[in-house]
Amino acid sequence: MKKIEAVIRPSKLDEIKDALGIFGIHGMTVTEVIGCGLQKGKKEVYRGTEYTIDLLPKVKIEIVVRDKWVDEVIRIIINTARTGEIGDGKIFIYPIENAVRIRTGEGGEEAI
Amino acid sequence: MKTVKLALALTLLLVLALPGMAWAADAPKIDTGDTTFVMIASALVMLMTPGLALFYGGMVRRKNVLSTFMQSFILIAIISVQWVLIGYTLAFGPDKGHLIGSLSWLGFNGVGMTPNADYAATVPHQIFAMFQLMFAIITPALITGSIAERMRFPAFLAFMVLWATFIYDPLAHWVWGVNGWIRNLGALDFAGGTVVHISSGVSGLVAAIVLGKRKGYGKDPLLPHQLPMTVLGAGLLWFGWFGFNAGSALAANGLATNAFVVTNTSAAAAALSWLTAEWLHHGKPTVLGAASGAVAGLVAITPASGYVTPMSALAIGLVGGVVCYLGVSVLKSKFGYDDALDAFGCHGIGGTWGAIATGLFATKAINPAGADGLFYGNPGLMKAQLISIVATYALAIVGTFVILKVVNAFTPIRATADEEMTGLDLTMHGEEAYRDLVMSASHSKSGYREKVAETPSVSVNAP
Repeated sequence: MKKIEAVIRPSKLDEIKDALGIFGIHGMTVTEVIGCGLQKGKKEVYRGTEYTIDLLPKVKIEIVVRDKWVDEVIRIIINTARTGEIGDGKIFIYPIENAVRIRTGEGGEEAI
Repeated sequence: MKTVKLALALTLLLVLALPGMAWAADAPKIDTGDTTFVMIASALVMLMTPGLALFYGGMVRRKNVLSTFMQSFILIAIISVQWVLIGYTLAFGPDKGHLIGSLSWLGFNGVGMTPNADYAATVPHQIFAMFQLMFAIITPALITGSIAERMRFPAFLAFMVLWATFIYDPLAHWVWGVNGWIRNLGALDFAGGTVVHISSGVSGLVAAIVLGKRKGYGKDPLLPHQLPMTVLGAGLLWFGWFGFNAGSALAANGLATNAFVVTNTSAAAAALSWLTAEWLHHGKPTVLGAASGAVAGLVAITPASGYVTPMSALAIGLVGGVVCYLGVSVLKSKFGYDDALDAFGCHGIGGTWGAIATGLFATKAINPAGADGLFYGNPGLMKAQLISIVATYALAIVGTFVILKVVNAFTPIRATADEEMTGLDLTMHGEEAYRDLVMSASHSKSGYREKVAETPSVSVNAP
């Protein structure tokens, strides 16, 4: 099992969710996050004073999948999340030791 | 008020000419239309203070929104009590040495249902006193824009009681009280340019400097957390301001409608001119700019609203929007004071422009009880206006400074660094406006009150 953690543009969330759904992945955890990277901050003006906002809003999607699906899921995310501009986000992949479904107590790949 | 005096004089003249009608002078007659109008105007002005709470509340960070609301809201309660007990008699009671009202109306004693012809001959004295109360409430509430996000609540309460008693009440007497020295000077302030706006704006600036800057000011962006709230607040202020300015005619008459027209015109012109200045300066016309501009225009027209034509109001608003924009964007950053929500920038600067503009644009064609301004060939009015501005600045600067120092000797005025980091909502009031997480809370012995922690905790345990 692997956890795929993708930090993406907030506007791309629905598109990615739909694409993953077509592929058959319906379970995920989505979090609103802020962060910084290569993308420069944005400029805001309040009463004539300019502020640079360094931390930008992003959405983090966490999905745990079987090892054999990892490459395909990453491909789907890249294809849907990419605009080609700086700020498209990043994907991280982690090994998962185990998973447990709370309702039934099932463990391992059956639980995800 | 001046019109009322004139009307009274005319009535007296009529009475002298027709001795048979002498009964008219004995008991001033209540006019039901005027009374209804002033009652509604009072309620409109009352609504401005919650409107101001929205206007300011949207501009602070989310951890301070309740404390900012509280600073406006609780003033409705504090000043209402202070006014009945002592405030009204100090401001409007029979004159003592042209400086202060006597204590003869203590506890609203003698402030009854019959009119007081000195102030408003056709409405019960009580409703005149209540109309004035609403002004006494919103004026200290305006100051809270300068001191937002960093003043301790106990010190705030003490400061406001003293400020109302030792600055607002005497100043209102000078400008509006019968035989007040600024009134006798001939200076014109129809609805409170000096009494309300210069006094609050300048006091706010002094308080902002004495309190010091908020943590992170100039380094971290201390940004508005909810601008739609601010825009709604500005809308309510605009709405209530019709009561503020038109109501100051104290009668449902032509002067009131002219005040209504010039108030709306100036607000609109200033919203446009602030927006334009900002657009040219920074490339974007902001919503906060439109809302702030409208307020600046309302401030600027306030002292002039009973004396100027609609075209003059257009000019007053256009200049007011630009001048206040430059005040909050250029002046503030140049001097580096932390006038958090620009009470000085909008009310101090806008009020000063309004008082000067009254000296320029006032005309007897609108209000025969007023005076002609510089543009109508009378430089004398401008002299009186300038004296009234300087006197208001002096009283506000010295008075606010002394009161803050006195209060600070008894209880610290400035929140500690920890309190400021956590936010005043939790540290001063034990509440939060917004919750990030689902909370599991248990009732503590003292009921529903939350435990005050250094940082907001997810679960609240009973002690």
